[in-house]
Order: sequence, then structure tokens, then C-alpha cells
Amino acid sequence: MKAALAILGLIAAGAVAAPWIAGAMGHDPFAADLFNRYQPPSAAHPLGTDELGRDVLVRMLYGARVSLAVGIAAALAASLLGTTIGIACAMLGGVADALLMRLADGLIALPSLPLLVVLAAIDPAKLGFPRDTPAFDLLRIVVIIALFGWVTVARLSRAVALSLLRRDFVRAAVALGASPARIALKHLAPNLLAPVATAATLAVGGTILTESVLSFLGLGIQPPTASWGNMLANAQELVFAAPLQAVWPGAAIFITVVCCNIVGDHLQRRA
Amino acid sequence: MPRLIAARLLQATITLALLSLAAYALIGLMPGDPIDLAIMGDPRLSAADAAQMRAAFDLDKPLLARYLAWAGRILAGDPGFSRLYARPVADVIGPALVSTLTLLGVALALAAGVGITLGVAAALAPGSLRDGALNLIAFAGSAMPTFWLGILLIALFAVTLGWLPAGGEGEGGFDSLRFLVLPAATLAFANLPPYLRQTRAALLDAFREPYIRTAYAKGAPQRRVITHHAMPNASIPVLTIAALDAASLVSGALITEAVFARPGMGKTIYDAILGNDYNLALLCLLLSAAVALAASLAADLAQRAIDPRLRA
Repeated sequence: MKAALAILGLIAAGAVAAPWIAGAMGHDPFAADLFNRYQPPSAAHPLGTDELGRDVLVRMLYGARVSLAVGIAAALAASLLGTTIGIACAMLGGVADALLMRLADGLIALPSLPLLVVLAAIDPAKLGFPRDTPAFDLLRIVVIIALFGWVTVARLSRAVALSLLRRDFVRAAVALGASPARIALKHLAPNLLAPVATAATLAVGGTILTESVLSFLGLGIQPPTASWGNMLANAQELVFAAPLQAVWPGAAIFITVVCCNIVGDHLQRRA
Repeated sequence: MPRLIAARLLQATITLALLSLAAYALIGLMPGDPIDLAIMGDPRLSAADAAQMRAAFDLDKPLLARYLAWAGRILAGDPGFSRLYARPVADVIGPALVSTLTLLGVALALAAGVGITLGVAAALAPGSLRDGALNLIAFAGSAMPTFWLGILLIALFAVTLGWLPAGGEGEGGFDSLRFLVLPAATLAFANLPPYLRQTRAALLDAFREPYIRTAYAKGAPQRRVITHHAMPNASIPVLTIAALDAASLVSGALITEAVFARPGMGKTIYDAILGNDYNLALLCLLLSAAVALAASLAADLAQRAIDPRLRA
């Protein structure tokens, strides 16, 4: 657990410090250096260089910025959406509750990957958004993952909210004439924080995996912006020229997801 | 029971109808419509030709009208032509489905067989070194990105050692088997952890029950206690995992097929969606959703068949 947190902290620190590390090493993560293609690992390039002579370690650190940001933002967005829907279902009851929960059933039963591909292939210009900006790529992938990720949190927070609504302090608030919004925000939300935070931590590993899958399929983060997923897609095309290149980004995804799962499991067991 | 089936079928029908409408609308939001793509493919196409084709394919009508026309044709049993492959949709899906079902069938059978065996091995000595090692394998398997494992296997067995082909499908018979080894192993490893974990947990639960003590007290050997007393009760959660896997039978190999360049359903779905091929994409999506819903219904029914307590 402590080791997992330490590794995650190290990866996060590397991601935050990526521009300074790149500067200190004198490498640009995007500029091609065609005289130094496919360099083996050396002192100047600890993980070697790729097919354009770019330093793999520096690109990995820039990729960590994307993967961690997407993983955390998507898990947060999904949890926020899920908590809101869960509280709304618990408080509204009736038809709205039934409809939203059937929707949740449907989303769980349906195979998610083809639907993710459909959503990821949408042309943002047709919805009035700018096309092909890195910031929009990030936002889009966060929204897509959140649209599929809210279900677990919604079910969890609906169940907790339903039991809270029967507790005396909530009934007292109702009797005192508190508005539904005040009950939701002041009485339900604070008590949902612990279970939702646990579920969100457990979800981070999954969202990082989803991002890497979409980027690997060419539907997520677009090159030249580095993400672990699109670096792996690139490495696969080069697998005959530089088999080692496939090792690093995948190992980064694997280690990060393992650490997130360990931390999440730990929180869940303590809860 | 019949009421349960009827209710679930009704729910599944509504889900499929909503899904097809949503997918139809979303594909309409993707870059370029089929005629745009045709214009790009053939510079001699004039504006008048384009307008005529738009009218011929009903693309000048509003989205909802087009959707209803499409739904009517599907209900009449006519899935239409694939624009991308210029063949009837059924002719495209048939071979792709065979390829995917072969791959997933082998991989899932392997995952279930090995996973359950390892789960039993872990449950027999909880807390031992063997148990710890097996749990580690399960933990690693569930965090391993499938496409990374696939690429690593290619790098080792296809590039470095040169024993097995890196991608493709082979030419039938023994040749195809060689092409199947790496993708099947990749998928099997990715799908194995839930079997291992659930078998272990369910068996450990069962071992705590009094009827297990009774069975030992009667003098039943350990093998018989496991196969005849503990396993039947432990099989319900394991069966649920199998049903979840069956739900992914159509689209579950999408990533693996992409890594190993296999012309299966996953690749067909991906190409159809990105290629704006409405007829093909929608039928693939509906097929994979229908299989998933059927699998979840089958799981419920099978659980009831095994466990009389659920029938009440």
C-alpha cells in the first residue's frame, strides 16, 4: 500500500516536472532528430529513442501527464455524475428513478467497447466544437469515459442515499422545512463522500486503461501529443524494427493501474 | 419463470430499439456522410451526381425518417448492403463472426478451464505461498492492458524467436492453428483472473459450511468432497463470470483482433463505424448488444436452474 502510493507519487512528480526534466536533459519531446533514430538505451537517452529520434523517457513523462490527467479527471467526472444521479433517484423515486436505473442496467449489460468507438468517432465540428485541438481531445475522452462510468457510482450512492433518507437527522431536516436541494447538498452529499471516494479511486485504474485503449485504436489522444496508449500503437507498427519500444509505455500503464488498484482495494477494505 | 422471461424480453426489445436509434443518430454526427466519401474517392463526380445519389440513398431526408425506414427494413429481415465492402451485410458478417467465435471460443474455454483449476488449487491451501503466487497472477492479469500483452508476445515469439506468425489468419487447417496461438493466449490471460478469484472465494465460502464437515465425517475423500459437495455450490458465481464473458462473444475481441490483424467482428465493427457504413455498423452493434442481453438472461435462468433458493 505504501509502496503503491510512493510509486504513484513518483510517476505524478515525473509528470508534473516533465518540462524541466526535458530541459535539463536537453531533449524536446516533439522535435525530430533523424540522425539519432532507434538509439539503444544510453546515458543521454536512458530508454533510447523512437523512429523520429525523440527521447522515449521524455515522451513517457509527457505521456504520464495525459494518462494521469485523463484517468483522474474522468474518474472524478464519472463520480460526480453518478453521485448526482444516485441522489436524484433516491430523492425523486417513482418513474424518474425507474427510468434512470433501467438506463443503468442497459449500460451495464451492453458491450461498452463498440459504443465507446461510436462516441469517440463523432465529429466535434458537427456539434459546434473546434476540431483537433489537444485540449479538446482530452476533454472529449474524459466526457466519453464519464458517460459510461457513472453507473457503478450511481447505484452505490442511490443505495446509501436511500438508507440515509430514513435516518433521523434527515427526517428532522425535512420536518424543519429544509428544501430538497439543501437536504441533498448539506445532509446527503457529505455522508456519501467516503464511499464515493473509494469507488472513484478504484475507477482511476480502469479509466487509465480505457484511455490507453482508445488512444491505441487511434480514437483518443492524437499524435504528436504523447500518451501511453498512442505510444504503444506506434510501438506496434515498429515492433520489427525496435521490439524494446513496446515495453516501456505498456509497463507504465500496467504499473500505474496496479498501484491504483492496490490503493483502491485498501480504501475499500478499510471502509 | 415465464413472466420473468417475458419481462426481460420486453426490456431487451426496448433497449435494442433505443440503442439502434442512438447509434443511428451518433453515426450521423461523424465526419462526412457516405456521399462525401464517394465524392472524395472519385473526383469526376459532379454536384448533380451527388444530389442524385443523395436522393437515391434517401440521404436528403431527415435523420428520423431515415432511421424509421431502416428499422422497417430490418424488421422485414432485409439488412441491406454494406457500402464499405460492396456486398450484402450478411455476407460480410458471416465470415467475421466465424473468425471471432473461433478465437473467443478457444480463449474463453482456456480462461475458464485454467482459471477454475488454479482457483481450486489456491482454495486448497489458503494463505500458502502457492495461494499468494496465484493471487499475484490474478491481480496482474486484471491490470494488464490486453494490447500490451499482445505486443509483448509478438515481440518475443514472432520477432525475436520467430516461432509464430505476428498477425493474420492463416490458410486453414494446421496453418490457422498457428495463427490462433498468440491471440488466444492473450485473450485467455486477460479473461482468466475473474475465474480464479471467484472460484477461490466461492470454494472457501463453501468449505466453511457444515455440510462439508459432514461429508468429511462420512469418510468421503477430499477429491469427492470438492467435486460433489463444494463445487456445485461454488459454481453459481463462476457461472455468472462465464455469462459475462459470453456477453462479449461478438465484440469482446476488438482490441486483440486489432493487435493481431485478424479479420473478425471487432475489426468489422471498427471499420464500419469509422467508414460511415450505417447498415453494417448498426447490424454489428445490434448483434453484439442482443448477444449480451441474451447472455445475461441465460445467466439468470441458469442460476435459477442450479440454485433452488433463487426460484421462490
